[in-house]
Parts: sequence; C-alpha cells; structure tokens
Amino acid sequence: MALEPVKQVTGRAVHVPGADIDTDRIIPARFMKCVTFDGLGEFAFYDVRFDPSTDEKTDHPLNDPRFHGASILLAGVNFGCGSSREHAPQSLSKYGFKAIVAESFAEIFFGNSTGLAMPCVVAAKADLDELKAAVEADAKIQVTVDLEAMRVTSSAGHDLPVVMPDSAREALVSGRWDPIQELLDNDTVISAKAKELGYV
Amino acid sequence: MGKSLYQKVWDAHTVGTLADGRTQLFIGTHLIHEVTSPQAFGMLRDLGLKVKFPSRTFATVDHIVPTENQDQPVDPLAAEMMQALRDNADDFGVTYFDLKSGKQGIVHVVGPEQGITQPGTTIACGDSHTATHGAFGAIAFGIGTTQVRDVLATQTLAMEPLKVRRIEVNGDLRPGVYAKDVTLHIIRLLGAKGGIGYAYEYAGDTFDRMTMEERMTVCNMAIEGGARCGYVNPDETTFAYLKGRPYCPQGAEWDEAVARWQSFASDADAHYDDVMVINAADIEPTVTWGISPDHGIAVSETIPDPADAATPVERQSITEALEYMKLPAGTPIKGVKIDVAFIGSCTNGRVSDFREVAKFIQGHKVAPGVKAIAVPGSQIVAVLCEKEGIDQIFRDAGFEWRAAGCSMCLAMNPDKLVGDQLCASSSNRNFKGRQGSPTGRTILMSPVMVAAAAIAGSVADAREIFGLEPAVA
Repeated sequence: MALEPVKQVTGRAVHVPGADIDTDRIIPARFMKCVTFDGLGEFAFYDVRFDPSTDEKTDHPLNDPRFHGASILLAGVNFGCGSSREHAPQSLSKYGFKAIVAESFAEIFFGNSTGLAMPCVVAAKADLDELKAAVEADAKIQVTVDLEAMRVTSSAGHDLPVVMPDSAREALVSGRWDPIQELLDNDTVISAKAKELGYV
Repeated sequence: MGKSLYQKVWDAHTVGTLADGRTQLFIGTHLIHEVTSPQAFGMLRDLGLKVKFPSRTFATVDHIVPTENQDQPVDPLAAEMMQALRDNADDFGVTYFDLKSGKQGIVHVVGPEQGITQPGTTIACGDSHTATHGAFGAIAFGIGTTQVRDVLATQTLAMEPLKVRRIEVNGDLRPGVYAKDVTLHIIRLLGAKGGIGYAYEYAGDTFDRMTMEERMTVCNMAIEGGARCGYVNPDETTFAYLKGRPYCPQGAEWDEAVARWQSFASDADAHYDDVMVINAADIEPTVTWGISPDHGIAVSETIPDPADAATPVERQSITEALEYMKLPAGTPIKGVKIDVAFIGSCTNGRVSDFREVAKFIQGHKVAPGVKAIAVPGSQIVAVLCEKEGIDQIFRDAGFEWRAAGCSMCLAMNPDKLVGDQLCASSSNRNFKGRQGSPTGRTILMSPVMVAAAAIAGSVADAREIFGLEPAVA
C-alpha cells in the first residue's frame, strides 16, 4: 500500500490552552453515535467552543477568526488522555489539523494520530510557551513541523528541538504510518504463533 | 535477572519486528462493542478482508443500551449502531453476547465473567478501560478503531513496548477503605500522566488478599493514571475465580492451563524500571474535587486552594477545575450537596460492589431530591443480585434498580446529568461533560461512599453514616 510520506507539515498554528485535555473534551460522547467517522470535524471541542446554555460561540481560540485555517495545534501536557476513541484524532484531522505540538501526549491518542498520518511531537515547555505566545500575538506566523530534522521552526525565527518515538517518526517519513499491509504480509508467521501459544 | 509478567507475555506474543522498528504483537483475545467497531468493519469491507480468527473476537453491546428497559425503542442513531454490530457479528462470524443472550453487559464485566479473560494472554479492545483485564495477569490495553481493524484482519498490532513500574501496597486496608480508594490514591500520588510509557504491576500483600473483583477495580483505572495497562500476577485467587467458567479449559486441559498461567507470573528477581511502595494504612476513603482523576483528596480533607499551589501551572489547573466544579477553595469536601448518585460502570458494577453496598443501606433512605441509580454491569450481575434480593434492598432505600450497561459513566444512553447537576459516582472519569451534560459535575468515589452521599444528600464519610470504626485508630 503506497502511502504519502509525512516529512514536513507547514501551516498557521493555534494554541488550545490547558493541561490533561481529554478525548471527551475533544469529541463529546454524544457525537460518537455514528457508524462512520464522516462529519466529526465540525464537532471538535464542541462543548468548549459553544456555550452549553445559549449555544453561542465562546471565546475559545478555535472560534477566533484570526486562527481560522490553522493546521498546527499547540497544546499542553497529557494531551488526548482518557478514552481511546479514535473519534478524537479523527475529528481534529477532519477539522483541518495536520500536526500537533505538545508538552506530552497520552499514548493511545498518540498511536491513533500516527495511524492517521497526523504527527504528534513533544517540545520542551519553555520553548513551546515562547512559540504559543508568539502565535497568539501574530496569528499569521507560519509554523513548520519537520520530522526529518526533528525541529519545529517558524517564520518568526523559532527553532525548537522536538522528539517523538523513532518508530513513529520512521513510519511517518517512510510512508508506512498505516501498518496493515505489513501486518498482513506476515500471515504465515501469525498462524504459526497462534499454534505455538496454545490457547488460540 | 528475571523477567516481569509484562516482559514474558510480550516475548511470547511477539510475531516479529516491523520495518519502522515496532513489534508485531499477537493479540490472543479481542473484545469489541458497538461504539468503536463499526468503522473498523467498514474498513475491512473496503479492503476486502476477512476476520483472521473469528473465534478470538467477542462482541457485546454496552455503551448505548437504555437501562430503564433494555427492550424499549432506542433512538434511531443508537438503533443503527446496534444493528451494525449484529450485522458485523453475523457477516464475519464473531460471537456476540446480545441483549437476548442473558450474558450481555459492559465488555469489561462480560470478559472475566465468561472466563474469556485469562492469564498470560494479550487482550485488546477499542476501549481504554481494557486495562481491567490485567487483574488476571493479562496484558490488556485499549486501542483505536483503525487498530481494531488490524486485530480483526491479522490478530496482531504494531506496538512499542512499555516500561514496567511495580506499585507495591502492603498492609491491611482500614474499615471503609476499598479497592477504589486504593486506585484513586495511587493516581493522586503519581498523577494522571505519571504512567505514560509504563505498564503498572500492582503487587504487595494488599493485592495478594484482594478478590478478583477488587483487583479489576484497581486495574480498570490504570489508564486514569496514564498507564495503558496495569496487571496483578496470577495466583490461586485468579485460578479459583476462573475455574468452571464457560470459556475456560476443563479437565486435564485445566491443569495444563494453570501450569502455563503460573509460568507467566513475574520472577522474584524481575527487572522493573521503577518501584514505588505504599502503606495500605495511609489510604483514606478518597474522593475527587476537580476535573481530572488525579484531583483526589481524602474525604476528611479540604478542597485545594489555588493560593497554596506550588507552581503557576498548578494554580491555573486548580482555578480552572474549581471554576467548572463551582466549589469553594479551602472548604471541606464533606458536606458538598449532590443531585445524583450513580453506582455502576466497569470500575464498580460487579456483584461484590452491590453486595457490599446492600450490607449498609438497609434501613436507610436516599435523601429527598437526590436521584440515585444502581446499574448492574451485566445481565448476569443483575440476575445474581436479584436472586439474593439485593435489587429490593436498593429499591427500598430509594435507588432505581436498572438493567445492565455503561449508563451514566459516559452517558451515551438516556442516563445523563442535566445542567450543572453534581453526581457522586462510582465510575472512573470526572472529566468536564463526561456524564452527559456539558456543565455536569462528577465526584468519583467508592460505591459505599456513593451510597453514603445518596443518603446524606451530600458528600459524606461512609464510616460515619454507616457506623464503621472511627477514621483514626
């Protein structure tokens, strides 16, 4: 299966503040009543983007016209914690995000995002705080997530070292972020393993 | 240097190394439910793939099931999801414990109940609380829907190994302190992100003495501490629980299975990447005050004050949580008025949870104005409780006795908080909006503490309400 390698993502960025932003916050459970992932983009962060009592838009950064069209999400610690729902990264991806830079990620969310070709890279808090402040001051700044150099750079001169597990980086830059074909290719070894385990 | 159970199970299930360096890991048991599987079956159809080992995938319906009457017409979207699971199970030859089976329930209650959950295995499910099954000495973890597709098609996943942290708890739990308090206490100490990159091995004599259902309660919330899986080494308690269950080996095969299961237990000289030791006597009945499961305090403590925070980040976090929870800083959590009491979920919806509460609530009444619901974790749990008269004890005390499902833990069915109602809940997450209202509020606690709160009409110390031994010895 030929997949598009993901080596570099460039776009405008938006900072969604807060620690431990869970996947219920990213996509509330009621929007999971569906049998496809279509249309989830419009519900990303729904309950914090819209006032629950009036349904009016809140002052959430995603409602700020300056950040419309931003494709790089800047976040805090433990982003994507809680429920394993792939609906969360699916909604962010369908909303238009192509990469996420945070202080840390919950593991299931990280894996789900990698599988959707949406890289999640980790930056040091001090570096990231500087970038967030700059983006909030000037929404036009172009941010680049470079998975070959493992740096996040910006048109305003930022240059942050970032990290992600080697295997995820390799999967993205070599266009192997969806492992299904490789998993299928090992069919005979899988069958042998099943026999060997004695309980399958 | 010996090996931990995690290492042994990982090694035994390794199929090979993928080009990107990840391990192709064999998944022995796959559990599915209606919310995270339909898209995976859709992907299989798009790719023209079959399920490789249909006998290793087990389905049930739990998240969207109405609990007032399971058979009542559900909303059209929920009906579509249930139909999709029925069709997918039939088309791909997967065992489905449906509403008519008498075995339906929360997937993490059903697996152990049927003896599908076994030691020394790998278990995956499109649900983060799959960690529950680690109570049996399995490596069990939640996955996304694309990974559900991978398991269906190949019975394998592309995975990175985790480090292992041994969390040892020793000593007797004090009266009124339960497995739920142990897990909330651990999360409080290590934080909601403390377990990122780790599997948690729960050990020590406190765990040795726990029943399987108590171990499940602790492992269930490993993920709330950031650990994708948590486990307890298999022992005689594990084997006694499993013996005779429908999907367990029998006769001579049983003895072989037990010997195999025992071989997976961590070696005495196993390597751990980290170790922490906790004294069971230090654990108090624990409740949350905020919007993350690590926002926990003993019921005797006061709600944190942002002014006392050690760092600006912590100050901001406390402020945000208290603003959402509408709770005053620096005041006792005891006495905070509640609107709803919920006993159930994959954390605390098993028969022992209802038995324990039933011991105390006879002769008590739920406070006026409090809506109290008890939701068994499975149809089998419901029947057991009904045979023992537990349902009637709950009804007499003023609880609504419901049918099996996930219910108000995540409110994908009609059981939802309304407005900013505050719920004393035996579930696992106090996230903003988790219980179905975008402004609804959750305080996590043990089932007995929920019962005490229901009776008092406010957060209460169950030891005082039910006349248990005093808090301080």
